[in-house]
Amino acid sequence: MMDLRELYQDLIVDHNKRPRNFGKIDDTTYFAEGFNPLCGDQLTVYLKLDGDRISQVTFEGEGCAISTASASMMTEILTGKTMAEADELFELFHKTLVGEIELDDDTTAQLGKLAVLTGVRAYPSRVKCATLAWHTCQGALHKQHDGITTE
Amino acid sequence: MNNIAEPKSGAGADPVTDAQLAAWRADFPILGTQVHGKPLAYLDNGATTQKPQVVIDAVSNYYATTNSNIHRGVHQLSELATAAYEEGRERVRSFIGAASVQEVILTHGTTESINLVANSWGGANLQAGDQVLITEMEHHSNIVPWQMVCERTGAQLVVIPINDAGEISLDDVSQLLCERTKLVAISHLSNALGSINPVKEVIELAHQVGALVLIDGAQAIAHIEVDVADLDCDFYAFSGHKIFGPTGTGVLYGKEALLETMPPWQGGGDMIRIVRFEKSTWNDLPYKFEAGTPNIAGGIGLGVALEYVTEVGLNNIAAHETRLLNYASEQLQQLPGLKLIGTARHRASIASFVMEQLHAHDLGTILDSEGIAIRAGHHCAMPVMQHYGVAATARASFAFYNTIEEVDRLIAGLKKAVEMFA
Repeated sequence: MMDLRELYQDLIVDHNKRPRNFGKIDDTTYFAEGFNPLCGDQLTVYLKLDGDRISQVTFEGEGCAISTASASMMTEILTGKTMAEADELFELFHKTLVGEIELDDDTTAQLGKLAVLTGVRAYPSRVKCATLAWHTCQGALHKQHDGITTE
Repeated sequence: MNNIAEPKSGAGADPVTDAQLAAWRADFPILGTQVHGKPLAYLDNGATTQKPQVVIDAVSNYYATTNSNIHRGVHQLSELATAAYEEGRERVRSFIGAASVQEVILTHGTTESINLVANSWGGANLQAGDQVLITEMEHHSNIVPWQMVCERTGAQLVVIPINDAGEISLDDVSQLLCERTKLVAISHLSNALGSINPVKEVIELAHQVGALVLIDGAQAIAHIEVDVADLDCDFYAFSGHKIFGPTGTGVLYGKEALLETMPPWQGGGDMIRIVRFEKSTWNDLPYKFEAGTPNIAGGIGLGVALEYVTEVGLNNIAAHETRLLNYASEQLQQLPGLKLIGTARHRASIASFVMEQLHAHDLGTILDSEGIAIRAGHHCAMPVMQHYGVAATARASFAFYNTIEEVDRLIAGLKKAVEMFA
């Protein structure tokens, strides 16, 4: 096992303590509720789009440090991205965490800040914590409002 | 708050000596292993218990020397395997005080045992307007099978509430019981809260209105002495793996007269007498409910596990675990921001808790790095989580082989978690 500090890096602890963009967007049809059946965690992601571009992302719900930090960082990173760019980043992030894409310098560079979350690769049961918000965001983008799970 | 757990047995037992405890621990090879370079502190006994060498040997010897199918072969190995498996059944009978082995159905676990009753008895006896009574603290496996059969038959599922300590009240039970109540399904010991339910009193009350009672003993069986004749329960279900036996083994006790009236629920080999395309007839009890080749090695191992527990003595187990639980509860409550979930006056073996600003899953991962295994999550009891308004709890669950030193390590691990997230 790697050192715990590599999993719970300062940036993760910080986003968990002070989640960014936490709350609800009332006037949007882009939202989805996600559920992790393993632990019972639930969160809702809300989006606002300006044409094809994401102008605002928020989330609410309760989760572990990994899931909260991942959701919080996601809201920052996706703001200003197009739907296609968001889909692409989700795929890269997801595939990296489940080990389908190798974590080399190139991947790390493409992930940017999100690279701090790749520590979960050493903890298979925690990968779903990191991807819950992202699965839910995919649901919100594609207007699948509920029934989003990490399965 | 009164947090001294009062078990219902173990009061007369002497305190366990260090030498005795060390000897018990030496019976379990896994307890001498390391996790992440630290000695394993296994505090997840509510999920499954560890296996003593005698059980591991029994399973392994069966495969090495006796492996064959049971109840059908005329050859030597089959005779030996059948005898060993049926000896396991007899050990179950004597462990729970059943009148005969006809009342002991071997299943794959508590879940299957409950589903058997819900499908066979429920399917044949429940009608629209009938009620099945459960409690708010049930494990999903004592909720969902009833929901499914209620949906099919038009019967109604009624829930006995719990208070904030995690207890049911016998007044509520009396009020909810009525002539429409056909069955009460209740856990003996709650897996999420540690509460010991007053099952004997519930059974008496239920019988007064003519309702049957099924006891979910999955958690209780390794901690509380069970005597089905004294309880007068109609069904008692438990799993082998939670009492130091192999996974994939379980028991359904049922009163013989009742089992006789129930139709089989799975069809196949072993459960039949004569098969004709026009109509088949069923085998005698308990085989009527045991279709297909069972977990033979598991059944043998379960018998050995029960014999082992009898040697250790449930009275000694209860006494030692109560000491562990009371010490743990006292130490846990001194941690700032920690709240115990489940403070019933009668409870055993389980300390469930939440911490401010610290999610149970993070606690689980941090403790794991210290070699300490606990459970984090909803414990397959989502309605309990809903009652307390939490998504998940952390749960330390004890067995008789745990030590005070392991509780101290748990507390130290939690302090480390608080520091990390401060």
